[in-house]
Amino acid sequence: MSAVRDEAVHEICARFGNDATRLLDVVRAINQRLDCIDGEAMEAIAEALHLTRADVEGVVSFYSFLSTRPHGNIVIRLCDDVIDKMKGADEIASEFEHALGIRVGETTPDGRISLTTTSCIGMSDQAPAALVNDVVLPRLSLSEVRRVVRLLQAHPDGTDLRSLLVDSYGGGNNAHDLVRSAVDNSIRQAGPVLFGHMERGAALRKALALSPVEVIRVVKASRLRGRGGGGFPTGVKWEHTRGGQDERYVVCNADEGEPGTFKDRVLLTERADLVFEGMTIAGYAIGAGHGVLYLRAEYAYLREYLEHVLRERRQAGLLGTGLGGRKAFEFDIRIQMGAGAYICGEETALIESMEGKRGQPRLKPPFPASHGYLDKPTCVNNVETYCCAARILEQGAPWFSALGSKASTGTKLLSVSGDCKRPGVYEVPFGISVRELLGLCDGTGAAAVQIGGPSGRMVPPSEFGRTICFDDLATGGAVMVFDQHRDLLEIASEFLRFFIHESCGYCTPCRVGNSLLKERLDRIRAGHGSTDDVGYLRDLSATIAATSRCGLGWTSPNPVLSTLDGFPGQYERRLRDASYSLEEDTREARLIRNGRANGRGSSEGGSAAETTGVDGSDRERREATDVSGEAKR
Amino acid sequence: MAKPKVATTSLCGCFGCHMSLLDIDERILELVDLVEFDRSPINDIKSIEHPVDIGLVEGGCANEDNVRVLQEFRRQCKVLVSVGDCATNGGLPSLRNLVPLEECLREAYLDGPTVHNDSGRIPDDEEIPLLLSRVKPCHEIVEVDYHLPGCPPSADAFWAAITALLEGHAPELPYLLCKYD
Repeated sequence: MSAVRDEAVHEICARFGNDATRLLDVVRAINQRLDCIDGEAMEAIAEALHLTRADVEGVVSFYSFLSTRPHGNIVIRLCDDVIDKMKGADEIASEFEHALGIRVGETTPDGRISLTTTSCIGMSDQAPAALVNDVVLPRLSLSEVRRVVRLLQAHPDGTDLRSLLVDSYGGGNNAHDLVRSAVDNSIRQAGPVLFGHMERGAALRKALALSPVEVIRVVKASRLRGRGGGGFPTGVKWEHTRGGQDERYVVCNADEGEPGTFKDRVLLTERADLVFEGMTIAGYAIGAGHGVLYLRAEYAYLREYLEHVLRERRQAGLLGTGLGGRKAFEFDIRIQMGAGAYICGEETALIESMEGKRGQPRLKPPFPASHGYLDKPTCVNNVETYCCAARILEQGAPWFSALGSKASTGTKLLSVSGDCKRPGVYEVPFGISVRELLGLCDGTGAAAVQIGGPSGRMVPPSEFGRTICFDDLATGGAVMVFDQHRDLLEIASEFLRFFIHESCGYCTPCRVGNSLLKERLDRIRAGHGSTDDVGYLRDLSATIAATSRCGLGWTSPNPVLSTLDGFPGQYERRLRDASYSLEEDTREARLIRNGRANGRGSSEGGSAAETTGVDGSDRERREATDVSGEAKR
Repeated sequence: MAKPKVATTSLCGCFGCHMSLLDIDERILELVDLVEFDRSPINDIKSIEHPVDIGLVEGGCANEDNVRVLQEFRRQCKVLVSVGDCATNGGLPSLRNLVPLEECLREAYLDGPTVHNDSGRIPDDEEIPLLLSRVKPCHEIVEVDYHLPGCPPSADAFWAAITALLEGHAPELPYLLCKYD
C-alpha cells in the first residue's frame, strides 16, 4: 500500500511541477486516486513540495471534498440546503440510508460507497438533488434513489458513472457529448444581454480594434457593476489593475456557493464562449497574459466541456499568442477546480485557494487590484460580469446603459427557487420589483422572499414593491420564495447552520458568534425564549457584523436581523407561547421518586420511560441498574 | 407617602449575593430610611402578603419550591431583578445539567465513594421538593425586568442598581462595576 501511495504522490506532485502553489490540484488528484489523504500521504506531499505537514493538513482539513479518513470510491453527496429540505431532501436521505444500509456520514461495509451531505450544489431549481462523485442527480424521487443504488451496487468499480446513472439529458448543452447531464437549464426568461444572439469572437475583435485604455473607457461608460452582488464598478476595477510592468492576472469567480444561486451554472453551460471572451477582453484591457477560471467542485461535470471550448478558442485564434494580429498580446486561460468551500467565493479567499492554501480571506487593503494572485495585480470578477463586459464591447456602452435603472445599468440574471410554479433563471432589467418578479415566476402566494441568499434579506409582503438593484435590494442573483406554510425562523436557523459550517474559523466573532446566535434563536423557536433573548440576538448580531474579518461574518447575522425587522410577529408569537410548565419540568424527578431508582412498581417504571421518551437502550440500562428495595409504606 | 417596599430571596444560590448586599456597610442605614423590607432572609419574613415595588432574586431554579417562590415574587413584585450569575445564567448549580438527573441522584445518595446510606434508597419523603430536570435561570420561568451580573455583584453594583430603581429609572452599571478581575 505504501509503495502505491508514494508512487501516486510522486507522480501527481511531478505532474504539477512540484509547485507548492498548486497544492489544491495535487491534493484533489491524490484524494481521487487513493480515496483519502492520510497522515503518511500528507508527509509525502509535504516533502515533495517543500512544505510542512501542517501546511498540507491545513488545506486537506479545510475543504469539504477532501478527506483524511478513507471513504468509498463512490461518494454520494446529498444537498442539504433549505430549498432541498423543503422539497423533501430528508426523505431522500432516509431512502438512501435504507437502500444502502448505512447512515449519512458512513461508508458501506465493502468500503465502496460513502453517503454524506453537502451545502447547496447549485440545483435549487430542480431540488432535491445530489452528487455522485461528479455526476449530478437532479429532481430525485424515492424510486429514483432506489434505481441509483441498485445500479451502483450491481456494477463493478471503474464503471463510468455518467453512462451508468444518467438515462436522459437536460436541454441545450447539457446533452453535449462532454456534459451528458440530466440537469435542466430552466431558462424561463431570456434577455438581450446574456441570452441575445452572439457570435464567437465578435466582441473580442471589436475590443482589439481599440486601445486597452479605450476598452476600459467603454466599460466605464456602460456603468457596469460587479454581478457577484458587491456592485463595484467594473471599469474602475480594471483601471486600478492596469499599469506597471508586473505580470498580472484575470480571475473569473465561478465559485457560485450562495445557497439558492445557480445562474452561473446556466451561463457556463450555455454561454461559456461569452465568459471566456469577457476574460480575454479584460486581459487585453489590463495587460494580463493569464486568466484563471475558478470552478466550484460541485460543477466539475462541466469541466471537460469548458476545456473543450478553450481548445476550440485556441484553434480559432481567440486564445494563445498573437491575438487579433497583435504580436504583443497573448492570453490563455486555465481552469482551477475548487474543493467545496463557500468562503472561496470571497475574492481574497478565492485567491488564497488558487495559491494552494486554505481559503481564508485576506485583510483588505491591499486589494487584489494591486496584490492578488501570487501577489501580482489581479482582476477578479464574477462569471456574469465578464459576460456583460463582452456584450458591452460588442454592442456598445449606450446599448447596455439604456437597459435597467440609472445607477444599476443592464440586466441581471436571477436564480429563482422555492414556492413558485416556475423556478429557474430569469434575465430581467435592473429595477424590477419583487412583486413583478413573483408574477413572472408564478409565486403569487409568497409570504416572504429571500433576496440574495442567506447573506441577503428576507423581504415581507409589505415590501414587495421594493426593487432589485444595487441601491435597494442588491443581490448576486439568489431569490428564494416562501409561502405562508413555511416557518421563517426555522429557515433562519437553517441559514445560520450553513454559516456555522462554512465559517473558515479564523476569527472568533464569526466562528463562535454564529453558533451562539443559532443557539439563542433555537431557544426562542422551542418556546423557551424571553424578550431579553430578542435583545441579545440584536446585540450579538451587531457584534458579529462589526468585528468579523470578512463578508461572511459581516452578513451572517442577516437571517436573524431581517426576520426581526420584517417579521417581528414570528418572534412575538413564540415569546407569548412561552408558558412554563412545572408539571413537565418535575416529571422526571417524580418518576425517579415513584419507582425506578427505588425499585418500586415495574409497571409504573415502564410507562414512565415511555412518557419521557427515553429510548429503548437507555431504558434497559436504567432498569438493569435498578436497586431492589422494599416498597415504601 | 409610604416607603417603597423591597423583597429579596435566595433560590438555588449560596447566599453570597445577600452577603454582598450587606457589604454596602453603613449605607444600609440610608437604605432602611429609604425603603421598607418585606419578605427577605435578612428579616426572616417567609412570604409576601402584599404587592412590593422591587424584588431581588438570588439563585436559579433547581426544584419545584424555587419555582413557586419565584412565581410568587413575579406576582407580587412590580420590578423583578435577577441578581448574580445563578439567577441570570444558572451558575454553578447548573453544572448538573451535563449529567442526567437520575445519575446525579444515584451518585449523591447511592453510588458515590463517600456515601453511607444504609437504606440504599434515594431520599423520597414527600416533604422534599422535587428537582427539575435541568437547573434554569429565572428568566426561563418568569419574565424578569433586570439582570444584575456578577458572582456576586459587588456591594457598589447593588447600591447603584437599587438607588436607580428607587429613583425610577433603569440601572446602568459603569464598566468598573462589571469588571471582575
